[in-house]
Amino acid sequence: METSQLRIPYFPGCTLNTTAKGFDTSLRASAQALGVELVELPEWNCCGATFPLLADNILDLAGPASVLVAAREMGERLAVACTTCYNVLRRTNLAIQTDEDKRQKLNLFIEAQYEGDLQVLDFLQVLRDEVGFEKVARTVKRPLTGLKAAAYYGCMVLRPASEVAYDDPENPRALDDLLMALGAEPIEYAHKGECCGSYLAVVSAQAAAEMTYSILSSAQKNGAQLIATNCPLCQFNLDSQQAEIGRRHTGYQTIPVLYFSQLLGIALGLDADDFDWEKHSVDPRPVLELVEPR
Amino acid sequence: MKRIGVFLCHCGLNIADTVDIERVAEEIGQYPGVTCAVDYRYMCSDPGQQIIKDAIREHGLEGVVVAACSPSMHEATFRKTAASAQLNPYQCEIANIREQCSWVHQETKAEATAKAVGIVQTVVEKVRHNESLAPLALPLTKRAMVIGGGVAGLQAALDIADAGHPVILVEKEASLGGHAAQLSGTYLGLDTFPEILNSMIRRVQEHPHIQVQTQTEVQHAAGFVGNFTVEVQQHNSSASENCLSNPVTYTLDVGAIVVATGYELYAKEKLGEYGGGRYPNVVDGLQFEQMLALTGPTGGAVRRPSDGSVPENVVFVQCAGSRDPQFHKPYCSKICCMYVAKQAISYKKRVPQGQACVFYIDIRSAGKNHEEFVQRAIDEYNVLYLRGKVSKVFEENGKVMVWGVDTLTGVTVEVVADLVVLATAAIPSAQARDLAQRLRIAVDEHGFFTEAHPKLRPVESLTPGIFLAGAGQFPKDIPETVSQASAAAAKVLQLFSQRDMIQEPGIAWVDEELCSGCGLCIAACPYEARAMHQRLPVAVVHQALCQGCSACVAVCPDKACSVHNSDTAQMLAMLEALL
Repeated sequence: METSQLRIPYFPGCTLNTTAKGFDTSLRASAQALGVELVELPEWNCCGATFPLLADNILDLAGPASVLVAAREMGERLAVACTTCYNVLRRTNLAIQTDEDKRQKLNLFIEAQYEGDLQVLDFLQVLRDEVGFEKVARTVKRPLTGLKAAAYYGCMVLRPASEVAYDDPENPRALDDLLMALGAEPIEYAHKGECCGSYLAVVSAQAAAEMTYSILSSAQKNGAQLIATNCPLCQFNLDSQQAEIGRRHTGYQTIPVLYFSQLLGIALGLDADDFDWEKHSVDPRPVLELVEPR
Repeated sequence: MKRIGVFLCHCGLNIADTVDIERVAEEIGQYPGVTCAVDYRYMCSDPGQQIIKDAIREHGLEGVVVAACSPSMHEATFRKTAASAQLNPYQCEIANIREQCSWVHQETKAEATAKAVGIVQTVVEKVRHNESLAPLALPLTKRAMVIGGGVAGLQAALDIADAGHPVILVEKEASLGGHAAQLSGTYLGLDTFPEILNSMIRRVQEHPHIQVQTQTEVQHAAGFVGNFTVEVQQHNSSASENCLSNPVTYTLDVGAIVVATGYELYAKEKLGEYGGGRYPNVVDGLQFEQMLALTGPTGGAVRRPSDGSVPENVVFVQCAGSRDPQFHKPYCSKICCMYVAKQAISYKKRVPQGQACVFYIDIRSAGKNHEEFVQRAIDEYNVLYLRGKVSKVFEENGKVMVWGVDTLTGVTVEVVADLVVLATAAIPSAQARDLAQRLRIAVDEHGFFTEAHPKLRPVESLTPGIFLAGAGQFPKDIPETVSQASAAAAKVLQLFSQRDMIQEPGIAWVDEELCSGCGLCIAACPYEARAMHQRLPVAVVHQALCQGCSACVAVCPDKACSVHNSDTAQMLAMLEALL
């Protein structure tokens, strides 16, 4: 166990509390193993999902703004795991920082004096820049040797690049580098930043299935045994669409889609029983059995 | 009292419709010192000018006021008229009663008439105090410096030198030719260009009037049109290996400068979506030129950088970084449509079984024989033109995959290519901004040199005596570059055809009796026309740089500064006449 402690306020968001429970449990356990103390905000509300950023009505920003205010009371940084929450909170924060009109109106409305002086960080960013992948590699107890993994980033941590990206939006590396630190072999493929279909499944099942198919098949064609992602929505789409894909494409072989934190937890030698494997449509456990035991 | 004639112009109805000219003539005729006041329908016409000449002789006039349009229209005309009647031209002044009176007071005619009287009276006062002046003749160094040894610089140097004037050609690289020397050929006269360029370079090197300074860069420039002092630094590579040679710095006196520093390609690394810099088989236009060039590393054989194989499928991406205001350059780089067509044809000539495919937004082939050339690429060489942008380029299984859209059929396409050529945007050379600062010439937001007027003075910079040629001003092809270079050379020759530098005499002077040498005027002068005397504690005026703005007059605590024909007493008299 590392001695140096990193204490950082943490916003889990609703998805990690419900459908992506495994993301949350594996992330918290891994953070602890790496000497990162994630302090969950004592009271938090919905980040607002994507809606605040679509509407012109700035009052929709009041939700994320009050999360930011609560976080600022606890420190100067906030770690966020859900990529949608990260995108919304970071952009709201930026709006408060740079748009005087919005800053004034929001402060009046939520009765605060917040200047936007908080650093909103994606948890992957914390791992890369605060903990360091080298330290992660040193802490690995059960390297994922021989596992070919496709890093999949989605869009929320990459675009709009000028507002949210901490990585090259055309050629992101953070997840690939983490996988490498865990001993896995990240494969190269063209689709690591292509759209997962987002909420398209609601409108057109066919379109959603084809979009995910092109990503999954591209990863498989390039040798991937599993897909590692950082986004709950992407995970859901890529994972759950595979049944539909199987109906559309004869001979389709499924591929498990995991949160990077689940792989991190396994590599750190943690107990993976509460990583919520039951929620996965394609069970990742058979593939994970390829990893040498502790 | 000085005998002054006033000549009032109707300008058709432009003035006379608003200002009661007869009334003005009557009132001004009574004004002290006004010997005659005459009006005429068009004073600038030959009969109008004749009236002035006759009056000067008849009345023995010592000063003339022409009340008419703006001095920027006809001051020169009427001063010439005065001179032809043996009156010193600087004794002739214009009272502007059109732009500054009749045109702006059309609704209030009585007031306009009163204002016209006031304007004419002030100018009468000015003329009363005017000195007789003569234009200044300043020395002129009839030697030119050309900065940049590409096609533009070579052409400008040859034109100036052929006219018999010495030229110093400064090139930062070790050899002449610029980017043109990297080209395999040009779209008109396809394969003969390298030979033509070589003979051009040879002519420059052998020219008795051209001194070529390679590996040399401009460090600093001082002075003014006709008399520049340029400091250059030469990195000497000819020194023997065991003797480290330090760069040599020296100064050169020249009368005119032609800036021809050319272009560079926008770094393909900045086009992450096209895999620029990430994949060896994604190259830019100049890299592909090197593959096609007989003098290139492959001897003109087209080979993939990754494995040396012959690419059977080549995709060209036009507007890579151009016409993209959101992420890259908003402007059209102008040369790409044509060079891509040329490269596609050249490729097809070398790899006849291969397929060339061009993604384009528009084909801009406006030029003599240009459109026909592109059509030939399509019709005779079966180059496939797809109208649409490329969204992504990536490598898979040793192939370069190109995702794009064909907007004419409305479908997205995936092309499996062996090689992708990005026609990246043309940008100014990296040192252009620095050089512009050293020469005190302007650049635009992209770093291209700014011309004095976008339509009417396209080869002059805003600094007199410094001229622009080639792609440093904006991307242009070789015929256009040569035209601009010859035009810049013509401007230099026009300057050199004068015996001396002629300067208007309405500039500042310093009364050395009164000057205390405080130096305030040096800081106040926006044209760097002031300095301290070399030995005496007084300020001096650089006659060639002074624009007569009077900033020094305002700042001088000793009242030692004055501008010829705009001195303080004169100004006060003019004000008094008006109030």
